[in-house]
Amino acid sequence: MALLEVNNVSKVFGGLSAVTNLKMKLGAGELVGLIGPNGAGKTTVFNLLTGVYQTTAGDIVFDGKNIAGKKPSAINQMGIARTFQNIRLFSDLSVLDNVRIAYHSHVAYKLPSAIFRFGSFYAEEEKMKARAIELLKIFHLDGKKDEIAKNLPYGEQRRLEIARALATEPKFLLLDEPAAGMNPQETAELMNLIRWIRDHFELTILLIEHDMSLVMGCCERIYVLEYGRVIAHGDPETVKHNPKVIEAYLGEEVTYA
Amino acid sequence: MKRLLTRQNMIIAAVLLAVYLIVQTLLSVGIISAFYETNLVLGGIGVIMAVSLNLITGFAGQFTLGHAGFMAIGAYFSAVMTVKWGMPFVLALLGGSCLAAVMGFLIGLPTLRLKGDYLAIATLGMGEVIRVVLLNTKYVGGAAGLFGIPRLTNWTWIFVSAVVTVLCIRNLLWSSYGRACISVREDEVAAEIMGVDITRYKVLAFVVGAFFAGLGGGLYAHYYYFLQPGGFGFMKSIEYLVMVVLGGMGSMTGSVMAALALTVINIFLQSYAAIRMILYALLLIVIMIFRPEGLMGSKEFSSAMFSRFERRGDRGSAGGQ
Repeated sequence: MALLEVNNVSKVFGGLSAVTNLKMKLGAGELVGLIGPNGAGKTTVFNLLTGVYQTTAGDIVFDGKNIAGKKPSAINQMGIARTFQNIRLFSDLSVLDNVRIAYHSHVAYKLPSAIFRFGSFYAEEEKMKARAIELLKIFHLDGKKDEIAKNLPYGEQRRLEIARALATEPKFLLLDEPAAGMNPQETAELMNLIRWIRDHFELTILLIEHDMSLVMGCCERIYVLEYGRVIAHGDPETVKHNPKVIEAYLGEEVTYA
Repeated sequence: MKRLLTRQNMIIAAVLLAVYLIVQTLLSVGIISAFYETNLVLGGIGVIMAVSLNLITGFAGQFTLGHAGFMAIGAYFSAVMTVKWGMPFVLALLGGSCLAAVMGFLIGLPTLRLKGDYLAIATLGMGEVIRVVLLNTKYVGGAAGLFGIPRLTNWTWIFVSAVVTVLCIRNLLWSSYGRACISVREDEVAAEIMGVDITRYKVLAFVVGAFFAGLGGGLYAHYYYFLQPGGFGFMKSIEYLVMVVLGGMGSMTGSVMAALALTVINIFLQSYAAIRMILYALLLIVIMIFRPEGLMGSKEFSSAMFSRFERRGDRGSAGGQ
């Protein structure tokens, strides 16, 4: 059974149709890429999947449940987490707090036990902290847990965002340009990390990326979007040689008479 | 239980007990005059109001100008409970606080959809509505005011209430729920995506803040013998907002210190009653120019600060050897 099914979803902003009749199907454990030229509607798709935008038409079924009309927080609690293209960390809070906040929907104690400090408060807080640090270790950020997030270098902020998204314990992770602003070596490391995360946390991952080496080397399947429509989809080799994709990226071949 | 009995907590408890006993003794011996006792009470109420407002404005990031409205609800309802229904003081305080919290919930749900300036204006309107409703309610005396409230508030009540307020709000903030509130201030979109129901936490901060504002109101009502709606106008909200901004948005100890400092300043300004508000305004301007983040910024005054000094001292002596 597919984990995510997107059935004929459209999103219209005023007179502009950002996404038209989008059909996607992701099975559990897949690592899928979403590519396309600038303005093709990739981030809009992410916003639709996470509930930031409401669909104009069509429906999105995640894990057997329709997510239409649900709040982003409710969708997150169903198991969808994401990162942002332009990093949106809680920039004035510590690295540790960024991750701990994402754990919040799994907190086991209730509000009164927080205010009056009875019951499982201390045990739970410690458990939460230990898990956050464990997660930070994976991203080599545990040594910087007390630093303010905005003081981290760019690459580490990107990694922290992924760590924070994982802290919500998702089944499905959306990465919006995870390699943006990274050098080739960092990108290669990230590629391995993404694959490792997928296997270790048993996740399904959908990622938007402009770095073709990452997309082609990492993803098992690719959807290509242009003007809000899927123009091609399949494994990297097929997509690479699809004339429509070449046209979208490089322009039409000119034939001289 | 063991965790509550740390060395740090014991020291804090001992200091608080000492402060309470010293002031209590000075009061009973008569060294602290009635004038200074009034200011003690005002300072304590200021602490309660500033800390509860800081929860809403400084920590959850929801700028509100209607805090005096919740105070009015707590003040009037608790006074009605003691004067008209003959209830004991504790119940009256609790009742006033609870009604203020309920109003916070009812008003917060629709208005907290707004952001920034719009929320400020909506809460300003809310505060005025509460004041005008009280002004036109015959049952609580209307414009003439509510008379004959027994003076039940004393130093003990003020001290215990202030400590309980600070402790509850501190515990709330230093928990996962508090971090959720703070995440709303930091980035609403990111918080929502990370599974934090932002409406819920905005309303939570508003309700808890309103509850303690109601407590402040109840204490105020039972110190001054009578209540007038005019006392809970826009300026009253501003007065507490000044404390929060002066102490630092997002610093509880900052709010406590600012509330006490402004009370002391008020004592000195008493003889220049006419220009008191001008000096107040000037103080705000000066602080905003030279220290826009407030006295404490978002830091807390804690014993950790001292241990840092100690460590620095250790390093210094090690270098000397």
